[in-house]
Amino acid sequence: MENDQPLWLTFIVAFVLMNVLLVGMAYMTWFERKVIGAFQDRLGPTRTGPAGLLQPIADGIKLLGKEDLIPRAADKVVFYFAPLIVFVTAIVGVAVIPFGGTVEIFGRDVNLFITDINVGALFIFAFSGIGVYGIILGAWSSANRYSLLGGLRSAAQVVSYEIILGLSLVGIFILSGSLNLRDILARQQEPLELGPLEISNWFILSQPLAFIIFLIAAVAETNRAPFDLPEAETELVSGFHTEYSAFRFSFYFLGEYISMIVVSLFASTLFLGGTDGPGSDRYWGLGVLWLLAKTILFLFFYVWLRATLPRFRFDQLMGVAWKVLLPLVLVNIVITSFIRLAANEGIPTGWWWVIGAGGAVLLVILVVQLFTSERESSAAPATVRQP
Amino acid sequence: MQVFGENWLVVGLMTISAFAMGMTLLILNWIVAPSKPSPVKGAPYESGVPDVSPVRPRYTPRFYVVAMLFVIFDIEAIFIYPWAVNFDVLSRYGFLAMVIFIFLLLDGYIYAWKKGALEWV
Repeated sequence: MENDQPLWLTFIVAFVLMNVLLVGMAYMTWFERKVIGAFQDRLGPTRTGPAGLLQPIADGIKLLGKEDLIPRAADKVVFYFAPLIVFVTAIVGVAVIPFGGTVEIFGRDVNLFITDINVGALFIFAFSGIGVYGIILGAWSSANRYSLLGGLRSAAQVVSYEIILGLSLVGIFILSGSLNLRDILARQQEPLELGPLEISNWFILSQPLAFIIFLIAAVAETNRAPFDLPEAETELVSGFHTEYSAFRFSFYFLGEYISMIVVSLFASTLFLGGTDGPGSDRYWGLGVLWLLAKTILFLFFYVWLRATLPRFRFDQLMGVAWKVLLPLVLVNIVITSFIRLAANEGIPTGWWWVIGAGGAVLLVILVVQLFTSERESSAAPATVRQP
Repeated sequence: MQVFGENWLVVGLMTISAFAMGMTLLILNWIVAPSKPSPVKGAPYESGVPDVSPVRPRYTPRFYVVAMLFVIFDIEAIFIYPWAVNFDVLSRYGFLAMVIFIFLLLDGYIYAWKKGALEWV
């Protein structure tokens, strides 16, 4: 399975993948416009090439030819490099996604994954966390109040949902015993017997709650509708990239779309078995196609959400993260670990009482606290509210 | 098994080449695009109206509260990750320890909720 391939070969795979990702991002914009067009009973792009297929290229060329404006009051160096941070961190996230095992191409053994880091899942979180720096630095350096507000909102939103995103996967880490995405993938290929049926044990089956929470958090993490508060056009012009133009502006879009694709790949790998599917154990190409199909499913879901749902209000957004999703993920962790423990060791009959009583006591303490202590600020005199 | 360093070397190379890709595009943009700066273009965007108030406005301190909450719960996530990976090894003792840890955390969480730290007004 493992293959010590030379570094240059790994690098070629990485380079090809990066370019595929860029082209995929370009056609993601086309896909989004077509799908939203269909939702709104219109055609979307049609003029450039057959079915508007050359539209992303036309957009790219147009953006290359635009003047790169820099506001007078801007912090120049930060303003120059902030979009690049978003772009680079979004693209590097793909390094840990496994597209298959080791396969033979032109008589050489090639790994269909770039790196095999043992903290793969953490790696993706880390890089999406660094991506926030690009947004908030760009927003701050623009010297524009809409940009600054958009950037702050984005930072608050991304850090809040990062916790949810991270904790929602703990159940998977318990079940697979690894943070390595290839191990997680291998664990999902173990068959699960359901009577006469034998299906792959995808984690969506054992972690349905985590899957739903992960989906919500992933949409918020990538700043997409209905959680696209940082760029709420109706309130903040266009948020953190108001002052950006030409290709610097497009880096923010590249970053956003690439991180959508990476998160979709990540979600398919974690919950939907990644490359697993009929025939994928015999032909590696089929495995890649399965992964692509699952990813497109997630991307379609993104576009569907954008076409359907109105934008949240900011207090609702933060309320959902901190008051609903956070307790839910913690409950998910406790339940998953308890079931895993019971399955591993078997609980002697007498102990069920002790466990039940202990759990009840802890729960009662929490509930009593929730309903007894007063919220202090309600007693305080009304203060002047900042808008 | 690939060597530990080699895995991260590839990540480093990838970061550099992504950066190089971005710089290439920016330089291409710089070569192709016109550059005719003017005072109006350099002004901050304010719907075409001359800007009078300071450009870096005051904003609500709620953002700082969120940042603090984030630090608390992110450290919690960092505690939980190694525990989750080694769950089968730690077994009963680990489970008990984590239940108590999460209980204490929820306790603090309820305190923060009651204090109004989670409200956004």
